[in-house]
Amino acid sequence: MTTEVGPETEVKKESEQLGADAVNEKREEATESQENQKSEKTLSEEAQSTPSPELATQSSPSSQKKEKDPPEGKGISRFIPPWLKKQKSYSLVEPKDEAKKKPVEERQAAEERESQLPEDIAQPKGNLEEATIESQQETKKNDKEEEKHSVSSADTQPAKEDNKESEAEKVANEQEEQQKVEEKRETKEVQTAEIKLEKAPQKALKKIKTVPCKVMLLDGTEYSCDLEKRAKGQVLFDKVCEQLNLLEKDYFGLLFQDNSDQKNWLDSSKEIKRQIRSLPWLFTFNVKFYPPDPSQLTEDITRYFLCLQLRQDIASGRLPCSFVTHALLGSYTLQAELGDYDSEEHNNHYISEFQFAPNQTKEMEDKVVELHKTHRSLTPAQADSHFLENAKRLSMYGVDLHHAKDSEGVDIMLGVCANGLLIYKDRLRINRFAWAKILKISYKRSNFYIKVRPAELEQFESTIGFKLPNHRAAKRLWKVCVEHHTFYRLVSPEQPPKAKFLTLGSKFRYSGRTQAQTQQASNLIDRPAPYFERTSSKRVSRSLDGAPVGITDQSLLRDFSAATVGPAGDIVFAGEAVGQTKLKNGEGRDVNGSPTKIPQLELTQDEKSLHMYPPSPRLHCVSSCPTNLPTVPEMDMLLDISEEDLFWEYVHSPSDCWECSPMRVIPTHSGNEVTLPNNILEPMRLPVSHHSSAIEGKPHKTVDYKDTEFSFSLSFSKLFAFNFLSLLDREGYISFPSLPKVCISYLPPGLQHYVPITSPSFIPSFLLLFVLLLSAFQSVPFSLTFSLPLALSLCYLEPKATSLSASYDNDLNDKAEEEEVETGKEETQQQDLDKTQDNLLKHQASISELKRNFMESTPEPRPNEWEKRRITPLSLQTQGSSHETLNIVEEKQQAEVGIEETVVIDEINRGKMQAVTGAGETRKVEHLSKKDSSSLSSDSSSSSSSSSESEDEVVGEYQPHHRAAEDIIREEQEENEDAKRKEECATKVIQSVETVQEGSKVTVEHTQVTAKALAQENAVAIKTGEKNVMEEGKQDLRAEDEEEQLKINGDGSHVDIDVVPQIICCSEPPVVKTEMVTISDATQRTEISTKEVPIVQTETKTITYESPQFDGSSGGDAGVLLSAQTITSESVSTTTTTHITKTVKGGVSETRIEKRIVITGDADIDHDQALAQAIKEAKEQHPDMSVTRVVVHKETELAEEGEE
Amino acid sequence: MAGLSSSSSGGGGGGGWSLGRCSHAVVRALPESLRQHALRIEKGQEVDFARAEREHQLYVAVLKSKLGLQVLELPADESLPDCVFVEDVAVVCEETALITRPGAPSRRKEVDAMKKALESLNLNIIEMTDENATLDGGDVLFTGREFFVGLSKRTNQRGAEILADTFKDYAVSTVPVYDSLHLKSFCSMAGPNLIAIGSTEAAQKTLKTMQQMSDHRYDKLTVPDDAAANCIYLNIPGKGHVLLHRAPEEYPESAKVFEKLKDHMLIPITNTEMEKVDGLLTCRSVLINKTSEL
Repeated sequence: MTTEVGPETEVKKESEQLGADAVNEKREEATESQENQKSEKTLSEEAQSTPSPELATQSSPSSQKKEKDPPEGKGISRFIPPWLKKQKSYSLVEPKDEAKKKPVEERQAAEERESQLPEDIAQPKGNLEEATIESQQETKKNDKEEEKHSVSSADTQPAKEDNKESEAEKVANEQEEQQKVEEKRETKEVQTAEIKLEKAPQKALKKIKTVPCKVMLLDGTEYSCDLEKRAKGQVLFDKVCEQLNLLEKDYFGLLFQDNSDQKNWLDSSKEIKRQIRSLPWLFTFNVKFYPPDPSQLTEDITRYFLCLQLRQDIASGRLPCSFVTHALLGSYTLQAELGDYDSEEHNNHYISEFQFAPNQTKEMEDKVVELHKTHRSLTPAQADSHFLENAKRLSMYGVDLHHAKDSEGVDIMLGVCANGLLIYKDRLRINRFAWAKILKISYKRSNFYIKVRPAELEQFESTIGFKLPNHRAAKRLWKVCVEHHTFYRLVSPEQPPKAKFLTLGSKFRYSGRTQAQTQQASNLIDRPAPYFERTSSKRVSRSLDGAPVGITDQSLLRDFSAATVGPAGDIVFAGEAVGQTKLKNGEGRDVNGSPTKIPQLELTQDEKSLHMYPPSPRLHCVSSCPTNLPTVPEMDMLLDISEEDLFWEYVHSPSDCWECSPMRVIPTHSGNEVTLPNNILEPMRLPVSHHSSAIEGKPHKTVDYKDTEFSFSLSFSKLFAFNFLSLLDREGYISFPSLPKVCISYLPPGLQHYVPITSPSFIPSFLLLFVLLLSAFQSVPFSLTFSLPLALSLCYLEPKATSLSASYDNDLNDKAEEEEVETGKEETQQQDLDKTQDNLLKHQASISELKRNFMESTPEPRPNEWEKRRITPLSLQTQGSSHETLNIVEEKQQAEVGIEETVVIDEINRGKMQAVTGAGETRKVEHLSKKDSSSLSSDSSSSSSSSSESEDEVVGEYQPHHRAAEDIIREEQEENEDAKRKEECATKVIQSVETVQEGSKVTVEHTQVTAKALAQENAVAIKTGEKNVMEEGKQDLRAEDEEEQLKINGDGSHVDIDVVPQIICCSEPPVVKTEMVTISDATQRTEISTKEVPIVQTETKTITYESPQFDGSSGGDAGVLLSAQTITSESVSTTTTTHITKTVKGGVSETRIEKRIVITGDADIDHDQALAQAIKEAKEQHPDMSVTRVVVHKETELAEEGEE
Repeated sequence: MAGLSSSSSGGGGGGGWSLGRCSHAVVRALPESLRQHALRIEKGQEVDFARAEREHQLYVAVLKSKLGLQVLELPADESLPDCVFVEDVAVVCEETALITRPGAPSRRKEVDAMKKALESLNLNIIEMTDENATLDGGDVLFTGREFFVGLSKRTNQRGAEILADTFKDYAVSTVPVYDSLHLKSFCSMAGPNLIAIGSTEAAQKTLKTMQQMSDHRYDKLTVPDDAAANCIYLNIPGKGHVLLHRAPEEYPESAKVFEKLKDHMLIPITNTEMEKVDGLLTCRSVLINKTSEL
């Protein structure tokens, strides 16, 4: 930055009478920093002695000067003519930004100058300056980057900014920038807002596509602005609130109308474009959460907007009132907008301009006038307060009505309000479910379900179903419920506890602040009552004490908004959420278990509410209301559906999550794949210092990697994105307790904050990985590069990952046990899932829908790519296009997305070990369980079937033709898989016994594979060689394993699942030809994606561990068999751990095999496929066994990383 | 104007406080035909008409003299044996009066006199003309915050809907009435947020339903006798909380419960004869609060 800005700064400074010295200093510093890149130490010293460029800026005279400026700034703002208005945001902001951002400073300076100059002149200049700055920035981008990195180690924050700027300049990365900006908000309160505002416009000028956007405000005026095409809802919302000078904005939201004229709330955490799709960018600013007690609002201006909303509601009839109330409210409206009644000024017609009621009569107007006369001397604010005091008591105040039918087809209305769910028939309330009584909210297709706490004397919960007009309506209602529940009833937004794992159903959650939080924040508002003009009145608003209010100090406002009120808060919460999620991992696994869910719900209930509605009798719908909603008979069904329930699913749908991430992640990394090869090479060149270089752009790469890897497990990527986001958002939220600062410094500056290196095992794992890689590849840089990301990912996965658990000897046992338990819980449900074939279909449909969505939402080029892929064989598709696939996956609902762990448990009445051994070869299937078949048939959905339900919901009704495409793909995949399978079977020969320690080794292999995969992705050319290496490494391992086997034998007798002797079978890796489709980033994607389809060889290696007693086991002694299978393809590695428990009962031996399959994907992988394959394998391997249970765990990895 | 606003707002929904505010009352003399022809759920003792009259006069006197209400006394109509139970023919809330369509056809003509009386008070009159609708005022419990309408033999869904349309400011919830004539046969308001409720199973069940249906929290005052749960709560300026309840001679146990209400000015009222024809305390008056003279 410094460098770039330097010249301009000089000029401006001169003009500003700033010391040229300062500029020089800056330059010098910059230069130095560049020079010093090599040694971090030096840099850090520099940074300290000579504050980094930015720091220098701050300290420099210019900054001081600017501090003086504020007063000027105000003056300026007045002058600031139309041209500045566009950038209004910064004009306001600038005063504060100056210190930190040079661009800002420059602008300000310009402004200042301009202020002195006539407006006319000023305008052009300003533009020119901006343009110049921008261009400079671009040209010097490279320089900057260098600086950044060097500086970054020393001073984190400045570094970040630099990163931002550089990134920002990359067109594709705009979004990221925004995100970063958001992140910064938290840390840098003032700057954030400013930066964001500034940059958005700037870029808009240059490269970014902007979309004209209109928002209808409550006073009937229209606010227009240009938004970056990929802007999130929050951006627009913040703009609007800023325009309105509204601080207590959590009660408000933006509405858009969908094709069916239904109004939907714009999700501020998602890209606008994805929500409105092809609809025009027209929004309505509305009250979203009606404060139950408006008098507790802090500011009059907030009350004013609430009044405007209510007047609309009343006039439109949405908020019914009696005649008397209409008149009374109307009279307060007059008082607020016209002031005291003036018989001369207010003739009989003045009132006709107002609409007080849907059907306004002369009689009513007379009454209004009459009452108006009685309000003399009320200030507008007081009148508004009276208005609200009366309005809030209306029974329909704050009730969001939705049309529905009860189970008998009777038309009813569902009203969502602060306290719960109200059921109306016609105008009569026929039932009511307080939030405290509701255990679960879910929707499936067009059905909406609530699970209600059992009444006093009842033991069972009941589920009540409602039929909504369509799927979208059901989802809309569900979302509204989730939001209201969270806003009014929770202290802080509920986290997506299960977001990490495979989440079934929509993951939607309310991401904003809760009422409690917003009230807290409001208490901190400390600004003079802002001036605002009431619609039709020209009077100055007065605070309640009647004192006229002058123009508000903008700077105060700004600070506040940025610091307290701003989105930052939200972000912070998101961060918390993530943290919680982590903690809840265990719970998260029990996706299906309704029991687990209930607790969560219970959490939501406060004591208060409980008191309020003591175990109230369950609404005897039957008795009280003949028409009401009888409990749904099919409880089982509901349970299945429970996956969809809201609390449980609370986490937003994957697509939603994804949407957040894309902004930052994808855009930034565009062209990742293309770039990667080079990156990979880089580390090699720079031995130790690779950090800095590697780190460059790492943020991007890192993200990419994650995407790719996670893509493997769909949920993965999604989750990742989500977490990543949150991490980003709340900077500083995540600390690196276990990491020495030195280590942190190794991380790319951007990553330092994002990566959750909280795991104590990070360092050990890192070292371990490093050593392993080193031994395998003999390349320090290479191993370093890979080990870091891997270690990070491991740490991230550590808590949950079963597969990874193997890598950690310590954890192995414990984790295995835990998983077992969980599995048990889920078992029942899983079975249910298996039974429902429908689910599968739905699932597919959902997937296709997702894809469709994806296509819709993606830039034009994408669809084409998609088409092409469709045509290409599955294998190619799967491995090739990381981005696209990822997107698709992410859009899919949770379950499908991330299936990281699949546990397949086969239960056999008479399991012969041979069967196990023979695996694929012995295909005399005596027991093919129905479940098996079903699961298999489900193919892709298989284990995810559980999730499928929820997905169904979300996706439900969508496009058949897409589905067809999917099917094709799957079929192809299957074929591929089959081929692989056969090969594998053939190759399985060698058996060896291993100890528990194997786990680590296995892991090692796994890691290697992963690394390799990554490498392959990055550079296709390298693949072959690496593959060889890998194979060698594996063989070595195998040998070791054999040696260890001896030791293990003793243990082998133990039935313990945790510690088990193992026999290892190593198979020769079959080579599969795969085409890799490389897709570049969003930006370049178009060009590259199509062209590059390199052919890659994929190797598959299978290692089977079998217990030494295996053969003898058939004899009937209880034995445990552990087998681990690693199948590696270029982008995917699969680790299968098999626990075999054999019991002999009455001469019949029962063998229970539990397989844990961990799939780690570097590139995108079709989870469904993987799962299907896994099941298929299992089936083939144990033909006489039946699959009784399939558990899918989804895990999210955080930093995977990046190597370049 | 703050005064007005607050008062009307109180009526508007803050009802908790305005509940019981009352300036006027409409009553009606009892016809002799009551003795023979008044509707009753089950045959029981014969009504001692003279005593019934005395009780009624005492009742009116309490409202008029003791509480200072302006009482409109409508003349009896011999063709309408149940005309003394004016509550059933009109529901008045704030400035609006809903003239009902009683569930018993024999009572439909009672509304005429009531309508005139209420018109004379300058209330906004809404008439229930829908022939499918029936509503007895005895099934309407106004808590100050919302309405509960008992769906009984006398009141149907349609009637409740019309009530909801009439009083749009308030939530109107329907609750089933099982064994009793009216909803208010076993409950009534005994104070702001305080519901007096009988102790029979049906009564308790209904109360629970009401509690569940409400966004507000009500305290309950359970009295041993359902009939005693029908009382009249008034909030009279200068007198505070006033509660007209059944005399200890009639329901001693229930009276004891009422006597625990320390903040209330308790006025025991005997209602022995009227009860024989299912008439309770609230049945005999329509209470009106005129906040402003138009």
